[in-house]
Formats: sequence, C-alpha cells, structure tokens
Amino acid sequence: MKLELRGITKKFGSFTANDNIDVVVEDSQVHSLLGENGAGKSTLMNVLFGLYEATSGQVLIDDRPVSFNGPGDAMAAGIGMVHQHFMLVPVFTVAENVALGDEATKAAGILDLEATRRKIREISEQFGFHVDPDAIVEDLPVGVQQRVEIIKALVRDARILILDEPTAVLTPQETDELLSIIGQLRDNGTSVVFISHKLREVKAVSDVITVIRRGRVVGKAEPEASASELASLMVGREVNLALGKEDATPGEETFRVEHLNVVAPTGQVLLDDISFGVRQGEILAVAGVQGNGQTELTQAIMGLMDQATGRVMLEGENLLGRSVKSIINSGVGFVPEDRSTDGLVSTFTVAENLVLNQYDRAPYARGLNMRPAVINRNAEDKVEEYDIRTQSGQSNAGTLSGGNQQKVVMARELSRPLKLFIASQPTRGVDVGSVEFLHRRILAERDGGTPVLIVSTELDEVAELADRIAVLYKGSLVGIVPGDTPREVLGLMMAGSSAAEAGATPLPEATDQGSGAAAANPNQEEESGNE
Amino acid sequence: MNDPVDGPGPGPVAPDSETPAGEPGSIPGGADAGNSPAQLAEASGPDPQASLMTRITTGNGMVSVLAILLSLIVGAILIAATDERVTEASSYFFARPMDLLGAVWTSVSEAYVALFRSSIFNTQADGFANAIYPLTETLTDATPLILAGLGVALAFRASLFNIGGQGQIIVGALLAGWVGFTLDLPAGIHLILAMVAGIIGGALWGGIAGVLKARRGAHEVIVTIMLNYIALYFLLYLLTTPGFQRPGSNNPISPNIDSSAAYPLIFGSGFRLHYGFVVALAAVAFVWWLLNRSTTGFELRAVGANPLAARTAGINVSKAYITAMVVAGALAGLAGTAQISGTERALSSDIAASFGFDAITVALLGRSKPMGTLFAGLLFGALRAGGVGMQSNTGIPIDIVLVVQSFIVLFIAAPPLVQAIFRINTGKKKSKTTTARTAGTGGAA
Repeated sequence: MKLELRGITKKFGSFTANDNIDVVVEDSQVHSLLGENGAGKSTLMNVLFGLYEATSGQVLIDDRPVSFNGPGDAMAAGIGMVHQHFMLVPVFTVAENVALGDEATKAAGILDLEATRRKIREISEQFGFHVDPDAIVEDLPVGVQQRVEIIKALVRDARILILDEPTAVLTPQETDELLSIIGQLRDNGTSVVFISHKLREVKAVSDVITVIRRGRVVGKAEPEASASELASLMVGREVNLALGKEDATPGEETFRVEHLNVVAPTGQVLLDDISFGVRQGEILAVAGVQGNGQTELTQAIMGLMDQATGRVMLEGENLLGRSVKSIINSGVGFVPEDRSTDGLVSTFTVAENLVLNQYDRAPYARGLNMRPAVINRNAEDKVEEYDIRTQSGQSNAGTLSGGNQQKVVMARELSRPLKLFIASQPTRGVDVGSVEFLHRRILAERDGGTPVLIVSTELDEVAELADRIAVLYKGSLVGIVPGDTPREVLGLMMAGSSAAEAGATPLPEATDQGSGAAAANPNQEEESGNE
Repeated sequence: MNDPVDGPGPGPVAPDSETPAGEPGSIPGGADAGNSPAQLAEASGPDPQASLMTRITTGNGMVSVLAILLSLIVGAILIAATDERVTEASSYFFARPMDLLGAVWTSVSEAYVALFRSSIFNTQADGFANAIYPLTETLTDATPLILAGLGVALAFRASLFNIGGQGQIIVGALLAGWVGFTLDLPAGIHLILAMVAGIIGGALWGGIAGVLKARRGAHEVIVTIMLNYIALYFLLYLLTTPGFQRPGSNNPISPNIDSSAAYPLIFGSGFRLHYGFVVALAAVAFVWWLLNRSTTGFELRAVGANPLAARTAGINVSKAYITAMVVAGALAGLAGTAQISGTERALSSDIAASFGFDAITVALLGRSKPMGTLFAGLLFGALRAGGVGMQSNTGIPIDIVLVVQSFIVLFIAAPPLVQAIFRINTGKKKSKTTTARTAGTGGAA
C-alpha cells in the first residue's frame, strides 16, 4: 500500500508544527522519519492517524485522497500505529487487549476470544513473535508488550505500520529483534513508518530516510549516509558525535555504597546487597535495562527511599538516614531520571526551577524573605551559560522542550560546589545538539575532580561517558567492567549473565585505595571473576 | 539484514531543494522548537501535574469574569420565569408578543437594580451617608468571606482542598468569644487577645487535618468535613453549659462580648462596618507576601504543584501540608473573630452562617490568588447584602442569589463549557483538548 502525505501543514495558533510536509511511503518500504524531539514527527503522524486535523494538505492512500476523522477511520483504511507509550490494559490478557475495541462476539453478545487467540497464534508464528495469547500483559517484558501492540495493528489488517520511537524502552537485544521483525514485515508487504532520533537504528532498518527539522522536511537520505551527515541534517549544523574525552585521572575514592539493600513493603527485593565505590574525577556509569533497580539506587542514595539499609558513605559520613535536604546541602547534585515528575515543577518559572533546592539559602533568600531580583539574575546567567532556549526566565518550565528542561535541571545541579554528582538518564528525550553539550558539562564536572555516577539505559551514552561500567540486573550488581567493554558483552550482562560468562574482564573492586570494607566483603563481581 | 534491496525510489543524499535547510528562524516562534504544541501535548498526556483540580483552582481569570456574567444571565432567566407578570404576559404571547418582552425586561431590570441599590449605592436615598450605607454593608459581609476565602485559597495552592472553613470559623469564634465575654481586660489588649485566640482556634482546627494528612495520609476533604460537624455540635453543646450560655436565657446564645474585645466601628454607630475589614485587607497583603515572596510560600506552592519534584528538591512535604493547613485555619479563625468581635458580638449556633462554604466559592472564583480572593469576596459580599434588599424591595426570593452563586461555581468548574459558549479558542487550549481526545480514543484503539 502506498501512502502519500502531500503538503501537510499543521498550525497550533501561531505556531507551525508541520510546514508543508511531503512524504511518500512506497509499498513494502521502511521509511524513517528522523528528527529531534519537538521537530514535528509525532504531530505529523497524529495528523495521518486522524488524531489532529491538518490545517492544509492531503493524505493519499494508493493515490486516492482520504480523510480520517479519528483513529477508527485510519485503522479501517489499513493504518496501524504503535505509540511510544503503549495503549494496553495491564491486567488484561494478550488476547483481551488485542480484541479490545474490535471484539468478536457470539450470540447474545458473548465475547468470542477464540477467534482472536487463533489470529494471534497465526501472526505470532508467521513472524516468530513468541507471544502467548493468554499471558497477562503486565507480566510480559516490555519488548513483548510492544509485539502485542504490533499484533494489535496486524490483526486489524494494517498494511502501513507507524512505529513512534519504538526502541526507547527496549534492551539492545530487544531492539535488534524489533529491527529484524520490521524487516520481515516489509518482506511480507507491510509498509513501515519508523520514527526515531537514534541514528544507528535508522541507518540499520531504513530503505529511505526523511529528515525533519522544526516542522519542515530538510532533506532525504539513503541509509548509507554517514551518521554525522544525518546528525548535521537533523540539527542544522555540524555535530561532533565523538566526544573525544580524555582518560580519567581518578583520585581518592570518596564515595562508597556498601551493602545497600532496598526491600519493598510487599517483600520484593528491589536492591540486593549493592556495593561499589566511585573515585574523585571518575565517571561510574550504571547500565541496565529500565526497571532493574536503577531508580531505587539513586533514590536510596538521595534519601528518597525509606526502606534502604546499608551504608552510603560520602567523604567518611553516612548519608543513609539523613533528610533529602541535608544530603543536597552536603554537596550532592542529583539529576533525577524523570525531569517532568521529579526534576521540575512545570508550572513554576524557569527562574524558580533554577533555585528549586536552594530557594531558602543565601543569596536567594534572606531569612524568610526570598530575593526575586537575585533569583532572576541567576536565571539570566544560567539561561545564557547553558544556552537554555526560553523566551525569558519568567516562562513556565513546562513550556520548554525536553532538552531545554533538562538543561535547567543540569544548570541547577552543576552550579554549586559538589562532592558527588549523580545523573539519572541525563539525556533522555534530549535532542542530539543538546546531548553533546550536556555530556561535555558532565565531563567537565568529572575533570574538576567530582566523583560522578551516571545511570543510563542507553548503551551509547554509557560507552560515551563511562570510565567504569556497573551493570544492574534485577536489583543485583552483575559486575563492574571497564568503560571500553563492547556493547554485545554489556547486552549479555544486562540480560543477567555475569561478566565472566559474557566474556568481559571484571575489574577488581576498589583498586588502589583498598578500602577495608571491600576487602572484607567479597563482592559479586569478584565471585564471578573466580568462577 | 536490512539492506535496501527493493526499496523503490530512494532519494538523493542531499538536502531537498524545495525546502532549504539553512533557515530555521523563519518559522514563527521557531526560536525554541520546544514550545511546539506536540511537545506540550506529549507532556500533558500522562502529566500528573496538570490535574483537573489544578486547572479549576488556578485557571484563567477571564473564565472567572465570564462565569459571573453567564451566571447573572441564568439568574435573569430564573427571575423572569418566576415573575407573575411575565407568566401573565406569556399567556397572550401570540396576541401581543412585545408585552412579554416588556414584562421580562421590567422584572429583570427591577431585580438587578434593586440588587445594585442594596449592595453598592442607593440612588434613591436622601443624603450621602444613607446612599453609601449599602456599600458598607457589602464590605461588612465581605470581611469574613475574604478572610476564610484566603484560607481556602492558600490551602488550594498547596493542592489541599480545605472544606473545613466552616469548622475553623466556629472554633476561632468560640475561642475569641470566650476571651471576649469571660476575661476582663483593658481595651486594645482585650481585642488583640481575642484575635490571637481566634487565630489559635482556627489554626488548631485546620492543623488537625494537616497533621492527619501529613502523618497518616488521611484525605483532607473527609477530615475537614467531619471536623465541621464536630465543631458545630461542640459549639451547640457548649452553648447549653453555664460557662457559655447567657445567664437567664434558655436560648443557645452566649453573653455579649465586652466592648473592649470588639472591633471598633469605622464610620460610627450608624454603620456596621468595623475594623475587621482592615484586618482582612492586611491579611490579603500578608498572604500575597507569604505565597509570592517567602520561602514558606515557595515550599507550599512547590508541594502543591508537584510534590514529587518538591520532595526530590529536599522540601519537607509533610511539613508543608501541616503549615498550609495551620495558616489556612488561622485565616478562617480570623474570619470567626470578625464575626464575633465585629458583627455578631455573641456566640450562637449561626455564628459562622455559611461563610465557610461560601469561602470555597470565593477562593475558586478568585483563582486561589490573594487579590482575586479579595475581589471575589467583595462580589459575594455584595450579592449577600444586595440579595436581602432585593427580596424586600421586589419580592424576588434571596434564593436567586444563591442560585447565581452556585452557577458561578458550576461554570468555573467546567472551563470548557465557558470556552465553548464564548468560543474562546487559542492554539494552546485547542491542542490540550485535542490531547484529551487522543487519550480517549487512543485507549480504545
């Protein structure tokens, strides 16, 4: 099925989200839309899917103009969409989810799930999905849930499948599997629109790449184009993808986590006896698939987890059991993984957000009185220094793009003297141009002699920044390996293999500083090293 | 695996000639691509910060004005519909249709003119003092509304729904009244002590809800509603006990407070307006400072807007909840003091009237902002004072005023309704409603 978007313009008030966009998706083609966050890719697909009405322009299917009044029309015309956030009912089975909205019924309105089950098995077999129609969705790994979404579209006879940032939540292995599924779908005659800002995936999967920037098509490319070429098109200027960081010159180990355990009130072990150290001037990156204890680890260090036991030592003092405020004031900078829920108050101004954890301290407050003049001057300085794109410091933080919001959080945390810097997903949902900038800031903090702990589920980022890599799996530390460990090895470790099984060279814990605690307590990576 | 074998029509590896790559600034508002509605839409989908309550309590001031306007129109329809002359004229509508319109005009204009004359300026009165008497009545009625409204508004800003204004007013009035009629102190000191007692009473009653919320997670709506009943029945009980009941009376009413504990009258004995109104104005200024200029207010607002981010930034969320409810209660307690030391001078079961509940409307209408609450309080004071005059002058029941007040709340609680009626449609709002549609239909997809 051939899909053509002709001259699509979508305006929101005075803002043009899509400006005269032409895209042609040929039959059996994987067509990638590459662009930064906020470039207008999702808006375009929502127009196509009938969720937004285009201000002007036409959608043509097999050269016939069509108009959709909602997702129902789009689906009836053979367009399926897998959203970035899955639209699944967690407590329903796969079959129930697939049937939802298009239920087959027997006499007297009794649900006929058998037909749906049969279809799921057929599709599952055809593409090697390995999906059990009777499994409960919330018990399934994220990658499988995504396949359920794809099945949902295929069951409804979608011949054009739109995948909106489908790899954001997947492990490297799951990503590879998804890419091969996309290949199979194409070979079976389904056209795929693949929306992403990840160059590697786009290059791997696409037949044609259309680059969108600020609501416009700025170029078309073939997948053979180099990554830096694509990145430049996407950002609109030369981008230096390689950070070219210098080797760390680690100093003293001033930060140690010892036997950290977190057990949920339900009895579930969220963190299982985690021990590691970070030296001054060193970046330790914690890798792992989302939901393997990373959130709990950073929250426990920051005093946000009541159920944590063990010790978190910073320059000889135990942070565990102290209030969040006292931990922040002792010199810990923290960039939480979800800036919109934990890092920012979206209805507060940029200026207010820049002092969110320092509002009651000099120079921003004198006694009970806050000093708006000082706070606003601080905002002006930070907006300038961090190149935060905002109309002014008085704009609400919620109106900024993801990348600029992240710059606000980073600017707040990095602009005071730190003894420890923790950043969780420092560049999630951040455009390529800002990623480079934020990474350089983190490196600068490292080079200034601060121990840095980075938590990231993106292997590219881990490889870019890490001097050492710790891998978390189901709340346990699988191992600590050198920063240049190949991604295949890391991928295996993220799926639970020990460093030795994965073929990595595990690092001995606490190398030259030889802290007594580490020597007395054999760690898991040492065990795996002995195997 | 993904070699582009059969991909028909691969494009050139060069920027598309039709859309030159080098002019990003040519898109309106393109300086920050981040303001893209798509981005906003993405953010507002599962965003816990954009809750319904936030939108209702801190929305656009324009909606407030339009809500008042719409409610007055609804009021006019009701006035016309219940007027006998209109009913009569409608019976021969087809013979003389203009009669009906004339009757409608007469009844509605008479009612609203009477409302105006009884609340702002009596054009028919002889002498300036009599002419502005209605205005002083409005200010008198507005005093407890403003104070209690501030309490509700402050709690709103910390995302607490303080339904307990009524109970806090009662307990504040109870303590202030007790100080007023039991203690014998010099003027000035006596009044100040009564005010302090009112503040403490209200703060205590509000604080209970705050502590239960912060320490035990009890929902403040349920707790404050129940505390309202406790306060009311406690008052009724006390009014039958010797310490509180007026000697020689069988009615549930306390002795009058000493004049030393009463607010002095501003314009002398001909008017009811007392210095409690000045206290209310001072409270507006104080709450403005607290919310916008103090570290405490910063904490309250941060906790109200996003408790998770506030907690991550080291703000003590429990403490903020308690502080908000204590201060909110203290303001309602001052409203109680205004009643006992200002207008009523004696405790009775009706000491709080319905000020505690009207305060919720006032705070909603004022968009939880101190100045907004002031104006909303004045408006409701005017409706209250004017409604009485309207009833006595035109025979239209004061209940019409209550209906108008209720409709104001209704329209404020449903901003899309007001927007639809007046066809307000900015790009931002449109994208929001569209997002709602996305969420609705996307789930079914």
